[in-house]
Amino acid sequence: MSFQPKNPMVKWVEHRLPIVGMVHHALYDYPTPKNLSYWWTFGSLAGFMLVVQIITGIVLSMHYTPHVDLAFNSVEHIMRDVNYGWLLRYMHANGASMFFIVVYLHIFRGLYYGSYKAPRELLWWLGLVIFLLMMATAFMGYVLPWGQMSFWGATVITNLFGAIPVVGDTIVTWLWGGFSVDNPTLNRFFSLHYLLPFVIVGVVILHIWSLHTNGSNNPTGLDLKEKSDSIPFHPYYTIKDLFGLAVFLIFFSAFLFYAPNYLGHPDNYIPANPLVTPAHIVPEWYFLPFYAILRAVPDKLGGVLLMFGAIAILFLLPWLDRSRIRSARFRPIYKQLFWIFVADCILLTYIGGKPAEGAYILWGRIATIYYFVHILILLPLVGLFEKPKPLPASISEDVLAKKGSAGEASNA
Amino acid sequence: MTTTTPVEEDGVKRRDFLYIAAGGVGAVGTAMAIWPFVDQMNPSADVLALSTTEVDLGAIEVGSEITAVWQGKPVFVRHRTADEIAAAERDDTANLPDPQADADRVIKPEWLIMLGVCTHLGCVPLKESGDFNGWFCPCHGSHYDTSGRIRKGPAPLNLPVPPYEFLDDTTVKIG
Repeated sequence: MSFQPKNPMVKWVEHRLPIVGMVHHALYDYPTPKNLSYWWTFGSLAGFMLVVQIITGIVLSMHYTPHVDLAFNSVEHIMRDVNYGWLLRYMHANGASMFFIVVYLHIFRGLYYGSYKAPRELLWWLGLVIFLLMMATAFMGYVLPWGQMSFWGATVITNLFGAIPVVGDTIVTWLWGGFSVDNPTLNRFFSLHYLLPFVIVGVVILHIWSLHTNGSNNPTGLDLKEKSDSIPFHPYYTIKDLFGLAVFLIFFSAFLFYAPNYLGHPDNYIPANPLVTPAHIVPEWYFLPFYAILRAVPDKLGGVLLMFGAIAILFLLPWLDRSRIRSARFRPIYKQLFWIFVADCILLTYIGGKPAEGAYILWGRIATIYYFVHILILLPLVGLFEKPKPLPASISEDVLAKKGSAGEASNA
Repeated sequence: MTTTTPVEEDGVKRRDFLYIAAGGVGAVGTAMAIWPFVDQMNPSADVLALSTTEVDLGAIEVGSEITAVWQGKPVFVRHRTADEIAAAERDDTANLPDPQADADRVIKPEWLIMLGVCTHLGCVPLKESGDFNGWFCPCHGSHYDTSGRIRKGPAPLNLPVPPYEFLDDTTVKIG
C-alpha cells in the first residue's frame, strides 16, 4: 500500500520531498498487529508527555531566571503573578512524574512480552537511551527552582562522579564550574535542561524508525505471518490511542488540579541554603529504586557502580534472556518471575524513600541482590529449563480461538 | 596491467602515508577546537579568586563551633573541650577506615578546623551527634568522631582539613 496522492499540490511536494507519504505510512497505513492491548498505548502516551513537557517548558523559561539570587523568586513569580503560571508550572512538574509513569509501564510491557528480543534489540537500546536522557533532564530540571531539595539533590548526584578513582574530584569540579554547587552549576543545568528534550526528540525518531522497520510486537509475541494478522494503524489504533489518552488525562488532571504537590517535597519551597542539609533528603519518586540500590552498598564507589550497573545490564537483556519465546503468556515460569521482579522494583522504590537505618537497610540489600539475581542468573537459566506452552499458529488463530472460547462461555 | 601508484616493497603506498598524515592532523586540530568547549566549564577566574576567608575566633566559646564559608563550602571551626581532645587522641589507635592521628589534623588542639562536607556525597554533617559524639551525616548515615575522622558508614575519608594559618591568637586565615 504505497501512498498515491491525488491533490496536485501534494503531488508536486511529494515528488520533491516525500514527507507526506512518510507520515502517511507511519500513522495511516502502517500495518499493525490486530491484537494489541492497552499496554501498547503507553508508547504514544510517552510521546504525548514529551510534547507537553517541551511546550510547558518553553513557556516557563520565558518567565524563569537562572541565577542563584533570583531563581527561587522567579518560580514564585510564575506561581503568583504570571497569567496561568501556576497551571503551567504544575503541568510541567507533575508532567515529569506522568512521563516517568507511562515510560515505566512501557518498559515493563516490553519486559513481559519480550519486546527486546530479536529483531528489536536496537529498538530496546534506543528506548534505554531515551530513559537515560529523561533521567538526566529530570534531574537538572529539578535543580532549577533552587530550593533546598534542588540544591542538595544536585550536590549528592554530582558527587556520585567523585567516586571515580583518580580523576573523580577533577570531574566534579568541572561539572560544578567551581568548588561547590553554585551559580555556574545552575546556569549550565538550565542550558542543558533546555537542550536535552530536543535530543530526546531525535532519539524518539530513531526509536520509531526502528519500531516501524520490523513492526510492533504484540501479546502473542508472534511475527505477522498472514495479511489477516494486521490492520492499518488508522483508524484502529489512532482511535485506541486517543481513548487511552483521554483516560490518562483524567489521571493526570487528578494530580494537576487536586494534589499538585503530592509528588513533590515541601523542603523545595525553602530557598537553597548551602550551609544546612535537610534532615531527610530523598530524590523524586522515579529515582527511588536506583537510590535504594546506591544506599544498599556500604561503600562509595561500590554503591555508585551498582546503581549505574542496574541500568547498564538492561542493555544486555536481549542476550541474557535465552528463551526464544517472546511473550510471557507462553512462559509459565518466567511469567511468575516477572511479577516477583515487579514486586522487587516496587519494594526498592519504597525502601529508597525511607531513611537508611534499621530493617530498611537489610531489606534494601535483599531487594538489590534480587534485582541483579533476576536479570543475571534467573533470566538466563529459566530460558534453558522452562517448557513453554504450545504457541498458536498465527495471531489470527489466537484471536479467533479466544473469541470462540468466550462465545462458548456465554452460551453455557 | 600497470599500476599508476608506486608500491613500496612492504606494500605501503604513498597514498597510505597521506591518508594517515591528513587524518592525524585533522584529529589533532579537531581536539584543539573542542578543548575550549570543554574547559569553559571549569572554574572561572572570578571563582578561583575567592580563595581565602578570615575567621575571628574571639567569640567562639569552648564547646561551641561556627560554620564559616570558604570557596562556597561550609567550614566547621570548633573550639574543642578537653574531653573531646582526649577522646580524639585516645582513638588514634582505634580501627580507623582512614587512619590519621588527631595531632596531624590540627595546628592547636583546641581548634579543630575542617570542611563541613561529608566525603560520601557532599551533605553537611550535623554537629555533636552520631555514635562517636562528633558529626553525623543525615543523608546516608556516616558517623565522624571528635576529630572529624570517619568511623562508621559509607563515607570513605575523614572530613578534609583545609590549608589555614593563625594570623594572631584570635584570627585564622583559611585558604
